[in-house]
Amino acid sequence: MTAIANDPPEIRRSWTQAARLFVRRQPLGTFGLVIVVVAAIAGLSAEWIAPYSPTANDFAAMTEPPSLAHWLGTDQFGRDLLSRIIYGARTALIIGFVSAFVGGFAGLVLGVGSAYFGGWIDLVLQRVMDILMAFPLIIMALAVVAIFGTGVQNVIAAITIPLIPRCARVVRASALAIREVPYIDAARTSGFGHARIILRHMVPNVVAPFLIMLTAFVGQAILAEASLSYLGLGVQEPTPAWGLMLQGGAEEYASTAPWIAIFPGIAIALTVFGFSLFGDALRDAIDPKLRER
Amino acid sequence: MKTRTGVLTAGLSIVLTAALAAAPAMAQTPKKGGTLTYMIPADAPPSLDGHKENTFATLHATAPFYSTLIAINPDNPASSTDFVCDLCTEMPKPTDDGKTYTFKIRKGVKFHDGTPLTAADVALSWQYIVHPPKGVSSARESYMVMVDTVTSPDPETVVFKLKFATGAFLPALSDPYAYIYKKETLEKDPTWFEKNVMGSGPFKFSAYETGQSMKGVRNPDYYHAGQPYLDGFTAIFAAKQSVRVDAIRADRAATEFRGMPPSARDELVKELGDKVTVQTGDWNCVNLLTPNQKKKPFDDVRVRRAMALAIDPWKGAPALSKIATVHTVGGLVFPGSPLAATKEELQKIVGFGPDIEKSRAEARKLLKEAGAEGLKFELMNRNVDQPYKFVATWAIDEWSKIGLKVTQKVLPTGPFYDALRSGGFEVAVEFNCQNMVNPLLDVAKVLPRSVYPENYGGYEDPKLIELYDTMLKEPDPAKQREKMRAFETYALDTQVDTIMTPWWERIIVHRSYMKGWKISPSHYLNLNLANIWLDK
Repeated sequence: MTAIANDPPEIRRSWTQAARLFVRRQPLGTFGLVIVVVAAIAGLSAEWIAPYSPTANDFAAMTEPPSLAHWLGTDQFGRDLLSRIIYGARTALIIGFVSAFVGGFAGLVLGVGSAYFGGWIDLVLQRVMDILMAFPLIIMALAVVAIFGTGVQNVIAAITIPLIPRCARVVRASALAIREVPYIDAARTSGFGHARIILRHMVPNVVAPFLIMLTAFVGQAILAEASLSYLGLGVQEPTPAWGLMLQGGAEEYASTAPWIAIFPGIAIALTVFGFSLFGDALRDAIDPKLRER
Repeated sequence: MKTRTGVLTAGLSIVLTAALAAAPAMAQTPKKGGTLTYMIPADAPPSLDGHKENTFATLHATAPFYSTLIAINPDNPASSTDFVCDLCTEMPKPTDDGKTYTFKIRKGVKFHDGTPLTAADVALSWQYIVHPPKGVSSARESYMVMVDTVTSPDPETVVFKLKFATGAFLPALSDPYAYIYKKETLEKDPTWFEKNVMGSGPFKFSAYETGQSMKGVRNPDYYHAGQPYLDGFTAIFAAKQSVRVDAIRADRAATEFRGMPPSARDELVKELGDKVTVQTGDWNCVNLLTPNQKKKPFDDVRVRRAMALAIDPWKGAPALSKIATVHTVGGLVFPGSPLAATKEELQKIVGFGPDIEKSRAEARKLLKEAGAEGLKFELMNRNVDQPYKFVATWAIDEWSKIGLKVTQKVLPTGPFYDALRSGGFEVAVEFNCQNMVNPLLDVAKVLPRSVYPENYGGYEDPKLIELYDTMLKEPDPAKQREKMRAFETYALDTQVDTIMTPWWERIIVHRSYMKGWKISPSHYLNLNLANIWLDK
């Protein structure tokens, strides 16, 4: 239980203290975090909190407006919109988190590796990243879906691939600076292997920008999934997914049953907004230059 | 009060306008003049050649330029048996035990370049359709299997000799794509019509902007007295539904001739009231849920039977008709045809039973026997909303009620057909959609691929082929109907080669000033615009 007496006080803050500080200093970020947590809880506990099955058709309740029986109304198949939005949170978060984490970690490895090894490896990798980054995220995702087809796994792949170079480029920039610091030279001269130097000494030092990027990526991935589904290229019926619900409602029922498109639209906007706010706040909290402002 | 009147007007408009549409065209004297603008719900067709193409985009853009030998009666297009002459002078009575049809061709018909149209042009056009020379493509060759020869013994006579007598011949002959081309041009360059237009129909070609619009002007030499009534037409290509609905709403176009979903109809009627007319009718199109019998466990008839038993078309059809372009429960044969099964006959076939709970209990039992309880599979579908995806969503929910866990895989049209042809699917949402109502040929869709190239079920079945041949060649209509029942029962009940979904409903919303046009059971029929006039 001995504390290191010379450490600055803020480093010794407990998690609860840090959380309290975050809430006090980052109210918008906290609001974003609350949205994310609510979406996560909804997605994780959909089976218990959704009032109806998200896929069961009810022809006696087609395109019903919001009511006590169906708080957010029903869609054209009589499916309860609230239940589909709750289950849709699971789809959004699975795709968002898996795409962001896989894309992020692949980018982390490539970015740090590229910076560490330098030379022709760096040259080739960065030119490949240039090519991939030449395409906007949604265009690249569309191309991947067009090649591999629709479905949850393919959508995850479609969103993951364009995220990789975005992460790799940022991580490489941070890693390039770290590569030149004396302790890396010291590690080399001590005979440490490449893997050990990268994993033990370089990666921990790029974690801050990496984590910030991850939160942004989750929001981007959710938006990309919704866009793909809206275009009919993402997950498919009857899987509950927000973009798919928006597609089903916006085109054909915009004037006769607008709630079919409005509520999934709100869900997408709120969740992406939540991740953006949280990501911004996290950056402010982690960045030492901004931390004490 | 104003709002209430508006709602009432909108609500009644379907009934009133349908009644108006059903009234005889003679009730009002057609007015001459004006240009009809209509939408084509597609992108540019691959070519303008009716003999080569299958897509309605070609037909909707080019049918007004061409004549055909016979056609469905434009005053009674809902009938599947009422044919009238277009270029012939009278519908012939077959001779030689029903194997020879001799048509007399109208005199004085001219192509749009001023040259006379003769029996030789008709015969050669049909020869190219029935027996295309090497290097020439005919999309309807397989529908004319009964035709042996087409000849023109003199400039006013065309003779069709059949291999066997069949009631399928006249419907096949009324194919709206069977344009009569000029013999000289066809002989010189059979591909000329892919990029050029020159016929003898009610309108002359004016302009074509690829993927944008097609324009035609009145043919003053048209051979049907007084027609066409319009000065011209403009057809605008627009694949997106919202664009077409907006165009009709803003009166930038009078209609589209393919068909709209119920939601678009409701939207237009609600907003435009009696300014639009709605015509609806059964559509000679149906989606089929086809298991790939080359893949396990779909080679087991018990599994296929269980899949059919789970679906309740009697409850599904009326509900789905509110949101999708489907309407009528039917078997293999188009419901409006005399050859179609009655409700009582249908209810004896698996998947059409009146007691769905009993059917589903049997389905669960069959799955258990087949060791396929909780079976998971992928339903492959085409990336088309109406009604493909609606039908699939409904079927998946129905299957879930017997414990089947089904996901949907949606592919663009190209990869979808690649997967169908290569057998790369478990169960597919297919369709059977024919140019004209010709049940004797339309039902051939369920024949094995060795006989019918567009069958993707992955089975061979000599007994099915034998039942079909016997039915096709049966000259007596009553006996033919019985044989059709045997064929249908074998395909849908004994073997469960495919599972029927409700037949489509064609919904046409048009500006009420567009008169003279009546809905047909096919979006390929009654499209030469000769009888349309504008009441404004």
